[in-house]
Amino acid sequence: MSAMEQTDVLVIGSGFGGAITAYHLAAGGAKVTVLERGPWLGSDEFEHDFKLGASYTRIFDFVVGDGMSLLGGNCVGGGSVVYFAAMPRAPRFIFERHGSIGRRMWPGAINRDTLDPWYDRVAEALPVHTQDWNDVTYAGGLWGAMCAHSGRTANPVPVAIDNEKCTNCNWMMAGCKFDAKRSLLLNYLPAALAHGAEIRPLHEVQYLTRTDDGGYVVHYEHVDEEDYRIHHGSGKIAAKMVILAAGAGATPVILQRSEPHLGTMPHAVGRYFSGNGERLNTAILNEDRVREVLGLDRPDGLPYGSNQIGKGPCVANWDRLDGSLPEYSRYSLEQLYFPPGLGTILAQVPGGADPTWFGAEKKELLAKWSSWLTIFQMIEDDNEGVFGPPPPTGNANRISQQMLGRGSLSYHPTANTLRAWAMADAEVKDIVERDGLAEVAAWTNDVVGAYTVHPLASCRIGDDPSTSALDDRHELRDHPGIFVTDGSAVPCALTVNPAMTIAALAERSVPGIVAAARERGIDVRYGAPSPEGETSARRGTARLARDLAG
Amino acid sequence: MTLEAFADTIVPGEKRSPDDRAVAGAAEGPGAVAAGALELLDWSATGVTPMLGDLVRRLGEHAEAFAAGEGLTLDASVPPFVALTFAQRTALVRRLLAPGHPEKEFWVLLTLFSNMAYDSAAHTETADAMAAGHPGLLAMGFSQPDPDGLWRFPRYSYGRPLARLHPATTPSGSPE
Repeated sequence: MSAMEQTDVLVIGSGFGGAITAYHLAAGGAKVTVLERGPWLGSDEFEHDFKLGASYTRIFDFVVGDGMSLLGGNCVGGGSVVYFAAMPRAPRFIFERHGSIGRRMWPGAINRDTLDPWYDRVAEALPVHTQDWNDVTYAGGLWGAMCAHSGRTANPVPVAIDNEKCTNCNWMMAGCKFDAKRSLLLNYLPAALAHGAEIRPLHEVQYLTRTDDGGYVVHYEHVDEEDYRIHHGSGKIAAKMVILAAGAGATPVILQRSEPHLGTMPHAVGRYFSGNGERLNTAILNEDRVREVLGLDRPDGLPYGSNQIGKGPCVANWDRLDGSLPEYSRYSLEQLYFPPGLGTILAQVPGGADPTWFGAEKKELLAKWSSWLTIFQMIEDDNEGVFGPPPPTGNANRISQQMLGRGSLSYHPTANTLRAWAMADAEVKDIVERDGLAEVAAWTNDVVGAYTVHPLASCRIGDDPSTSALDDRHELRDHPGIFVTDGSAVPCALTVNPAMTIAALAERSVPGIVAAARERGIDVRYGAPSPEGETSARRGTARLARDLAG
Repeated sequence: MTLEAFADTIVPGEKRSPDDRAVAGAAEGPGAVAAGALELLDWSATGVTPMLGDLVRRLGEHAEAFAAGEGLTLDASVPPFVALTFAQRTALVRRLLAPGHPEKEFWVLLTLFSNMAYDSAAHTETADAMAAGHPGLLAMGFSQPDPDGLWRFPRYSYGRPLARLHPATTPSGSPE
């Protein structure tokens, strides 16, 4: 009988939470093994193709729940491969939010000032940069002009995109063929590999058990590379410690399934899920009014007609990101692109008769698709999502060979969330319908519930053991040696795109994880530079890192 | 025929011939059926293919119950759902898709794939679909790719400031 495979640190998931920690631990000398549920695709394999089975459905997951559906990455690089690379930092007031628990949700040690140096590290590593109006697409420019026309401000958003390489193809969710999007495939992951980390795709972790010496055994199944409904056997690896970063839709499910083996999980595992307060509106532009009222013209003479052109979100309205406003009334309104397929079915005919989302009138709406402008709301929701019992494997009962599954999350929006969405809907309407520029309607929540591309908070950090699953060093309460570093650790909706905050928290978690690893006998040191060797941001975090290492 | 009538209720199209019963002819131009809905539903990759027989049977039963409730006599020469008018089909499908219907998730799946056949030709490589004049993508104004089958838009920006920046923007370009 052969001995079980051993590693120092087993990382589950290769998105921001997994890639960042894997890099630092491998660079520091630990033996690191990364198990990733999805496939491993490179830029030459990313396709401009909606056909089922193309990269779009191989690397993207859509899990339908009760009242909330989740979209997320399912590949080496995780969300960074499918995301739109908008990287704003969370506004200062977010860290003071109380939400549903009546007191501050974030750990006392974290606020915007203490997180800024970690944001800087991510900004240096990816890198993230600001954009100006020459980088902004027609859709972003139109949104900016509409905001200005209604007396509001608008900002080009900071992004992790190399604009010199970007072709504005708007296929970002299928993976960037041009290496313009600075996904983790271009920085942290190759650096982790260079330091000896091993990444194994199509390994779906199901549950953990304990070893006699305080470590863990990670149990996985091999997933078929084409039909994810098919599994080819199982395996297990023993590790001195585990970093769980399977995403907010999967991390709590793995822990739930592990509970019979590991013992009682903290109450907050699989609770307090947030959809980042997300909701979409589709505006149908009156092209003539765009020209007459806003004075916009493309070089080819069209005023707009540019829904297909771009690179996801480029411009956001942040006027409501004002800490003096009451909680649940602060939100951002960001121009976005959603591809056909999932991006049209939920759009409703503005002012249309029932049915508003299918049928003859909807078909007429589709005929105007080029003149659509999608506005993305990110409000403060109430962390009302709860995961039910886990499915037999993974985080969903898979329906299609790829992408589509049925999960166990239930999400019934509270009055706070519904009121915030209604406020944001009304504001979008006020902006885009002014002077006959457009007609707008929100996407329906009657079909697949609400939906989020940014699942958060299902295994969150905090100071209060009754409402947080992790301590402020991201260690799972009562289960030493398990750390959670993905979006599930973020305590609440952020009112902006969360990738930058997820990544900054992952960077911040590393000194504490390294210290814990050393206590477990792993020969590892903290202090690696940025993946490409830059050291400026490392200097900025040096003192903080010493404090976190205890 | 029943599945065609369902797909045609989601994205209606013109009749393929004067005696077309499945396609109700409720809209001009091709709809989901002409866009390839049946081809997509028949592809096992969707996961709905094994359910189709059952869904057709259930749709027939729902149509009969609907007709009984409305006091309608259905033309027995076609399946019950096909015998309904477009307005009646729409009314029934609305009920099946309404929050709380016990079979809702199955009808949502059928709706999703009917729509995807039209708006993204999910059964065909997109560049091929464009070359073949796929009716849905064409109607939506989806542009033709470059000769290598990839989309690029060298002109993408109005190229001028279009709004005042938020006064509290930080040097990183983020909100304060």
